[in-house]
Amino acid sequence: MNDAGLYAVKSLPKKEYLAPGHRSCPGCGEVLAVRLVHKALGRNTITASATGCMEIVSSPFPLTSWEIPWIHVAFENAAAVAGGIEAALKVLQRKGKIAPKEINVVAMAGDGGTADIGLQALSGALERGHDFLYVCYDNEAYMNTGVQRSSATPFGAHTTTSPAGTAVPGQITWKKNMPEIVAAHKIPYVATATPSYPLDLINKIEKGAAAEGPAYVHILSVCPTGWGIGSAETIKIGRLAVQTGFFPLYEVEDGAYKITVDCAELLPLERYLQPQGRFRHLSEELIAQLRRRVFEQWAELKRRAALSASAAR
Amino acid sequence: MKKRVGLEVSYAAAEAVKRCNVDVIAAYPITPQTHIVERLSEFVANGELDAAFVPVESEHSAMSLCIGSQAVGARSFTCTSSQGLALMSEIVYITASLRLPLVMMLVNRSLSGPLSIWNDHSDVMAVRDCGWIQLFVRNGQEVFDHAFISYKIAEDHGVLLPVMINFDGFILSHMFEPMELVEPAVIERYLPPYNPKYVLHPDQPLTMGAFAMPAVFTEAKKAQDEALRQSYPHILRAWQDWGDLTGRYYDPVEGFWTEDAETIFVALGSFGETAGEAVKALRERGEQVGLLNLRLWRPFPFEAFARVVEGVRNLIVLDRAVSYGGPGGPVAGEIRSALYNLENRPQVYSFVSGLGGRDVTVQDYMAMFTGAISGEAPRDGIFGVRG
Ligand SMILES: Cc1ncc(C[n+]2csc(CCOP(=O)(O)OP(=O)(O)O)c2C)c(N)n1
Ligand code: SF4
Ligand SMILES: [Mg+2]
Repeated sequence: MNDAGLYAVKSLPKKEYLAPGHRSCPGCGEVLAVRLVHKALGRNTITASATGCMEIVSSPFPLTSWEIPWIHVAFENAAAVAGGIEAALKVLQRKGKIAPKEINVVAMAGDGGTADIGLQALSGALERGHDFLYVCYDNEAYMNTGVQRSSATPFGAHTTTSPAGTAVPGQITWKKNMPEIVAAHKIPYVATATPSYPLDLINKIEKGAAAEGPAYVHILSVCPTGWGIGSAETIKIGRLAVQTGFFPLYEVEDGAYKITVDCAELLPLERYLQPQGRFRHLSEELIAQLRRRVFEQWAELKRRAALSASAAR
Repeated sequence: MKKRVGLEVSYAAAEAVKRCNVDVIAAYPITPQTHIVERLSEFVANGELDAAFVPVESEHSAMSLCIGSQAVGARSFTCTSSQGLALMSEIVYITASLRLPLVMMLVNRSLSGPLSIWNDHSDVMAVRDCGWIQLFVRNGQEVFDHAFISYKIAEDHGVLLPVMINFDGFILSHMFEPMELVEPAVIERYLPPYNPKYVLHPDQPLTMGAFAMPAVFTEAKKAQDEALRQSYPHILRAWQDWGDLTGRYYDPVEGFWTEDAETIFVALGSFGETAGEAVKALRERGEQVGLLNLRLWRPFPFEAFARVVEGVRNLIVLDRAVSYGGPGGPVAGEIRSALYNLENRPQVYSFVSGLGGRDVTVQDYMAMFTGAISGEAPRDGIFGVRG
């Protein structure tokens, strides 16, 4: 981050909408992302949450960490609940039953609640065009239930249901590309982010909230507990995910691709994999497979961004 | 005599929902509920109803979306049948625990498998303990009236619970019946605009749907059970007020020829109509037989029910669902346990019949009667199985 960036972080609003005292693990990247997202959104926000780590750490009755209106219903339906909130606010304002006000309607869910069990509800809500922001907090497994694999778990990773064994080397499927699946719905705004790049994240949340219609931000959320890293490593690991091309930061605005944190040259992938317990068992050959995939995806993203840039000229 | 018009019951249901001036409708089509959703979407498309009609991608999302819309204070509506209820059932329970006054029409249809689009009560019986107020209505007029009555009950600050209106698929939903369509001006006097008690709004942030540790879970469940039990007088009150306004009074249990009856049929929903014919014919034969329609299924009207059946010799409970390997049909099993502590408790015969659209005729009811009073019929069984 350059000095201007550091200064800008310090100038962020002090107000927290997720109060301290929640019960996340030390160094949780997901809760950091939730805090930043809600800082960016401000107080005029209603959030519908899926079941998962963030719900559990923030809402043990009779306590709550939430300083904005917040609702949790179930695991797979955050998008549908948010759709109901959005539809209702619109019609109640139209009918004069509540005063007109700009309110951000937000759905939040983990990678499991988004890419697996909640995919149908999400697709339905996107297709219907609800004016809402969906934020996926992707820690690449079902952390709340004890680090089981999801379809967003990366190839090779060890989880409790994709264990690295002698016959099978951990997860043997490729991470589902949620941002692309969402972009295929042709919604106004899709982006990836990570709290290791807080200004980029905040910028994208603001854009997503301002978009007319559905917006989707997919946030890589480093999870020290599930990934097997020290709790002080969260930010660094998130940066390495971006700098090695493992998790590129980009946005798709009205169909136009833009890489928001570009890398002139990708760092060696091992620098990202090696510190993490979940990848410790990987052989040279598996790392080579992963590397190939990362290069392919990066090249494809570059190609799309270049196409979009030339189309804009 | 008030003006009556002939209408398909599903369309009357939609008309009533329109006159409730709902704000949000989220529903997914399934036979035999489809005509209600179709008609409601027409009302919205033609500007006859100012509401959001949200054509969700599943019943699971229909119920979820209604939770969201209710949570910000919108009067909301959904309706379904059978598989749709089963799919949304996870969320149905949560609507009640969040104390959201949603109204749902459940057009009863059997639950797969085998797949059958026809009528029975296996759908609703699968969610017996979902915590909703559950009503069974038996003709078109009752369907129409109960839209208003249900919102009145649900939104009462002494209640704040969702209400499920059950009515039989096809044999009621697709019937053409004469009924009085109560005028909007009259409805306005009965059903005030929805005044939600708690809403999600930035001006007063609150958390809904917090999770419960063992230290508070039991208390949460106790509170929910109390809420459902304590809704009872409010339900009676809503029926009373409706009666005062329209002349149609409803009761949790409704008896016909029960005063001197030795044997009473117990029916839920439209089966009461045909069973009533059978009772009439048996009375003409000099039999001391009566009929009890159970209109309120949850909260179960213990006292009103016991008052009618105490001292009666036989109860013939018409069940429309199988409790596989269980103690009779679900309604009979429940009635047995409800009556267990009575000194003079009747014999309870569980006749499971009318499954998956099988017609149950006046003759069938008469055969059940003969079987029960002669003691020849088995105490529990599926009636009318073809050899
Ligand atoms: C229908 C249903 N199936 C399973 C569960 C159990 N469950 C709760 S949270 C969760 C995993 C959450 O994973 P994710 O969405 O990635 O969120 P995270 O906890 O990792 O932040 C699971 C499997 C549930 N609550 N509901
Ligand atoms: S398990 Fe991971 S995501 Fe969940 S609270 Fe702990 S660090 Fe955060
Ligand atoms: Mg996860």
